Amino acid sequence: MIVIENVSLSHRDTPILRDIDLSLPRGGITALVGPNGAGKSSLFSLIARLQPLQKGRITVDDMPVDTTPSRTLAQRLAILRQDGAVANRLTVREIVGFGRFPHHRGRPAAEDLALVDAALSEFDLHSLADRFIDTLSGGQRQRAIVAMTFCQGTDYLLLDEPLNNLDMFHARQLMRCLRTIADERQRTAIIVLHDINQAASYADRIVALRDGRVIADGTPDDVLTEDHLESIFGYRMKVEHMNGKPFVLHHL
Amino acid sequence: MTGRPCAKPQATKVAACAAFVVLVLLSICIGAGEFSPRGLFTDPQALELFLVSRLPRTVAAVLTGAALSIAGLIMQALVRNRFVEPSTAGTAQSASLGILIMTLFFPGAALAVKTLAASILALLGTSLFLAMAHRLPPAQPYLVPLFGLVYGGVIGAVVTFVGWQTELLQYIDIWTNGEFSGVVRGRYELLWGTAVMLVVAWRVADRLTLLSLGRDVSIGLGLGYQRTLQLGLVIVSVISALTVTIVGIIPFVGLVVPNLVSRIMGDNLRGTIPWVALSGAALVLSCDILGRVIRYPYEIPVATVMGVVGAFLFLYLMFQRSAHA
Ligand SMILES: Nc1ncnc2c1ncn2[C@@H]1O[C@H](COP(=O)(O)OP(=O)(O)O)[C@@H](O)[C@H]1O
Ligand SMILES: [Mg+2]
Repeated sequence: MIVIENVSLSHRDTPILRDIDLSLPRGGITALVGPNGAGKSSLFSLIARLQPLQKGRITVDDMPVDTTPSRTLAQRLAILRQDGAVANRLTVREIVGFGRFPHHRGRPAAEDLALVDAALSEFDLHSLADRFIDTLSGGQRQRAIVAMTFCQGTDYLLLDEPLNNLDMFHARQLMRCLRTIADERQRTAIIVLHDINQAASYADRIVALRDGRVIADGTPDDVLTEDHLESIFGYRMKVEHMNGKPFVLHHL
Repeated sequence: MTGRPCAKPQATKVAACAAFVVLVLLSICIGAGEFSPRGLFTDPQALELFLVSRLPRTVAAVLTGAALSIAGLIMQALVRNRFVEPSTAGTAQSASLGILIMTLFFPGAALAVKTLAASILALLGTSLFLAMAHRLPPAQPYLVPLFGLVYGGVIGAVVTFVGWQTELLQYIDIWTNGEFSGVVRGRYELLWGTAVMLVVAWRVADRLTLLSLGRDVSIGLGLGYQRTLQLGLVIVSVISALTVTIVGIIPFVGLVVPNLVSRIMGDNLRGTIPWVALSGAALVLSCDILGRVIRYPYEIPVATVMGVVGAFLFLYLMFQRSAHA
């Protein structure tokens, strides 16, 4: 379980996060939604100890993120950054292989190699495995980075806008893959999504952030109402229902 | 630029090794004074020449070339910029400032002590450069090498000024203009310290590759980011200090060699470090041999030859890049 208690963050007196209290139990998919600048990426970087906590406390399976050894945490929690661009000339297989680094520290065992192969298959990357990543398209690159994060094999996955650059086929495949590992392996994904209907279809829970505050938290049915959506995104949109799930006509 | 790692890596590697062996043999055979390899077994004078001069000089060129290229490679990983190297971004200049200070205040100190002082100054100078380089906007990759040139230039100017004031300019020329003609038995053995650094670099190759992926990826994968940065800085500084003290500054090696190898083999340091080291050794050896034969029996310093050869290689890299970008 990830527990966030009373966390605030500011940058030169500008508040970015204000008194966040959240607990995210093990298993399932939580979608983090909210307008640009709401503080989603900042919250992720605090959970993943990429920047120091200013106020409050965050624990992952009871381990405080600011004092637990980085390597221990890397075996429990993986993060995909929003701007995780890799400019190096590494092949896709090498990049994905680095996802196993927290486990083998440079000496991959047969099991690690097998997991790399599995991740390459899962994300449709076998035909690109020996290509240098700087020669791929944006979406192909994104898939390679997502595969690396998956390959880390952690109980918790923080994915910041993983659907960026992905075509519909691969976006759907990623969401289904997350659903599978959440259902079959009790793994936990927290994922920043801008496509609210992906959240409606795949998430168990939606947390909405605006101006650094949690302003809605609950099942898709609870959160995706016209009133809530207006308070989150600042305009009124129609919500229909299809196959028993909310369907937001946000583009009209 | 090809999308896949070199189609015939095996052939390239065999060719590189063969070229290296030929260069080593040439370096042993060429120079003022008669020498033939056969004489090694029959002529005690030839053996003496070999042990006192030819072998040390060849070993020194190999170690220097390998170490300077690896220092460049690591510096590029630390700074996350392909266009920096210790000899232009202040590391080598800081090292020579260290030796200058030692020469001024402790002229009797042993060479090892002077090298240690040079290492410490190099570490300080490079740490400062790194701290500032990490603050420059990553969207403008050419700012970092430009800043490095200015930074290195300023430190170099301080060295020259102090040297001029204290009438030590001719000494300074020894450290700033690299050459191997002074390398004989008993005067170069400290250079083996660079071999230790090479072994360390290869052992931590995966961590250095992770560093080059950036802070967030490194930390996310559980790397001790600060510690690895510091280790990289120490390797770069010690290599620079040792080579500057014993050979003098040689430009371009640390810049062009890692870039050429990266183009063919990529940036996974576990695989590329041996080839970067080998290519660097081959490049410095060839420039040293050229310097010995161009005006035979007079010598041109290796730094001068490298200035020309390296500049051409660099231009080649630049134009290749823009043709494929
Ligand atoms: N390094 C930074 N310096 C100053 N302000 C920042 C920095 N990083 C983020 N912010 C500000 O923090 C707020 C939240 O940013 P972020 O967490 O990236 O939002 P989101 O991911 O929800 O779009 C924004 O207003 C942004 O301008
Ligand atoms: Mg964001």
